[in-house]
Amino acid sequence: MSPLQLCLILSSLLFCVGLVGALARSNTILVLLGIELMLNAANLNFIAFWRYGPHPAAGTGVIFVLFTIAVAAAEAAVGIALVIAVHRHRKSVRLQEAASLKG
Amino acid sequence: MILALIIIALVILGASAAAMLSRNLIHSALLLVVAWAGIAAFYLWAGAEFVAFAQALIYVGAVSMIVLFAVLLTRQGATAAPVEFDSWRRAVLGLMVAGGVMGVMFGAIMGSPLDGRIASPTPTITVKQLGLLLMGPYAPALLIVGVLLTVALLGAIVIAAVDKSEETP
Amino acid sequence: MNLETLPLQLRDAIVGLFPPALQWSVHHVLSITVILTVFGLFFAFTTIAERKLLARVQNRLGPNRSGLPWFRQLKLWGLTQPFADAIKAFTKEDVVPAAADKVLHFLAPVLIVAFSLLGFAVLPFGRHLIPVELDAALLYFFAAGAATELAIFMAGWGSRNKYSLLAAMRALAQLISYELPLLLSVVPVVMVCGTLSTKEIALAQGGWTFGVLPHWHVFTPWGLAAFLIFLVATLAESNRSPFDLPEAESELIAGHLTEYSGFKYALFFMAEYFGLTALSGLGVTLFLGGWQAPCAFLEFIPSYLWFMLKLVGMIVFFIWVRGTLLRLRIDQLTRLSWKFLVPLALLNLGNGAFWALTTDWTGPLALARWAISAAIVIVPFVLLGRQLTTGQTTRTYRYAPS
Repeated sequence: MSPLQLCLILSSLLFCVGLVGALARSNTILVLLGIELMLNAANLNFIAFWRYGPHPAAGTGVIFVLFTIAVAAAEAAVGIALVIAVHRHRKSVRLQEAASLKG
Repeated sequence: MILALIIIALVILGASAAAMLSRNLIHSALLLVVAWAGIAAFYLWAGAEFVAFAQALIYVGAVSMIVLFAVLLTRQGATAAPVEFDSWRRAVLGLMVAGGVMGVMFGAIMGSPLDGRIASPTPTITVKQLGLLLMGPYAPALLIVGVLLTVALLGAIVIAAVDKSEETP
Repeated sequence: MNLETLPLQLRDAIVGLFPPALQWSVHHVLSITVILTVFGLFFAFTTIAERKLLARVQNRLGPNRSGLPWFRQLKLWGLTQPFADAIKAFTKEDVVPAAADKVLHFLAPVLIVAFSLLGFAVLPFGRHLIPVELDAALLYFFAAGAATELAIFMAGWGSRNKYSLLAAMRALAQLISYELPLLLSVVPVVMVCGTLSTKEIALAQGGWTFGVLPHWHVFTPWGLAAFLIFLVATLAESNRSPFDLPEAESELIAGHLTEYSGFKYALFFMAEYFGLTALSGLGVTLFLGGWQAPCAFLEFIPSYLWFMLKLVGMIVFFIWVRGTLLRLRIDQLTRLSWKFLVPLALLNLGNGAFWALTTDWTGPLALARWAISAAIVIVPFVLLGRQLTTGQTTRTYRYAPS
């Protein structure tokens, strides 16, 4: 097994751990953290392909990861703000209870 | 090299799995910080120094802080704040979906013709090169990210701000 | 015998004693040991210097009793006080609250010391003395420092004490609001030097005009503004007076340290001083010329001595500030950061860009460059300062004769 495959397996395992967290937990903050983990798993792939790809000098993977980190930080800030706003209205952070828009 | 990768992978996966299973939200958040630090270590292992330090600065320093603040601000009653799993059905279904996704990805990784070029020396990209790339071909993306961050900052403040004006004592 | 390279020769001599397979690790273990010893001693003597100087500021004598164990007659002006304190901290009972989160309560002091020491790795202590040469050294420094916030949170939460938790939140709010001006004040230096490496930044400040005026960044308009912002932010980041709200002894019990005793308390104390020393070292490197001598004819003194001298100067300045200024309120503290320091630092960023773009202005244009740069610093300073103090009149003392 080549190191690239090891890296890819690590990142897909991490993605699945995040997926379990996002699907199986009902606390909104934990769901958000699961999504963050999934984003990080994608970043791992970018770096792995940059490291073992044909053109490491171009630095595309690194640049992409920098942008992803920035977007993930913005996502976390807005997501947490939403959680706090929902908690203020409903006194709960359970995802299932914020369903007033359900048809 | 490979041994270091395996140790880093075990740390990342162990910490993140424990975080997702923990019943204590604060412990979850702190374990996730360990996982994020492990990811930064992975970037260091791969030779992407700048990204590793940026990851440590942003995730360990900033994102972890807002998560911890959010946990404390949304706490209910008891100090320990145990968070139960919702139901066995959800947990089993979630595990099944994740297992299915894992199976598909594992098959894809094993089946694809990735040439294992182990002999390649660690590529390095200096900060100067990165800066030139960011300011040259990727300048529009950088601008858009700047606008996005500003909008996210304002949006987060607007969403989380209290509507009624507080009376000053 | 060259004093400048003496430490390197000593290191190479010691490393040469070991078999080649071990040399790499011995080399690094040696530099880690030296840093720990030097800055451990530096910490010890900072505490005694602080107590003595504060005592003089307050018209007291300060600790002067502790001598040597078997030579009772030798008092040594109380210079052995830190070692007596260390023995006291070691032998004290370690109390852990029954309700505390045992793991976090134990991990917090260990982590905070570990992370506060990481920053020393990239400081250039001398012309050839830099433990680790990194391309992104500045980013590394701040990434390592960011983790101490987590340790403070762990201390506050792990103690399971409401005062600890409240104080930890207060400390975090302060650290986060001052992280921003700290980082922003460093960026102009990076822009002008065009590098993130501390070694290159120290090198870029070499040279003198007429052999006496050093080319340090603090002697440029943007550099002076950035240095002042950096100083204020450093005071706040290391919980020093007048920003010592998290552990305001007279208001809170001891902040997030309430439930800590004995050696763990000493570890927090140590981490605070290590953090202050590391940040001061960074300030010396970025603004005060690093290891460069102030005048050309003083260059015969080894560079690491210059670095330590400037470092001691910074520490003494911080002690002086602690003895002089009053503690701020929490609203004043956050207002100072968000309404004054952050806008100033942002404008200073533009100033740094202007300075970096106009390096080829010579002759009369050089004067214009200085004037414009100074105007970018002074005008916002005056305007923001006025805006900060509007509506605030001088305090009237009701029962005091006017």
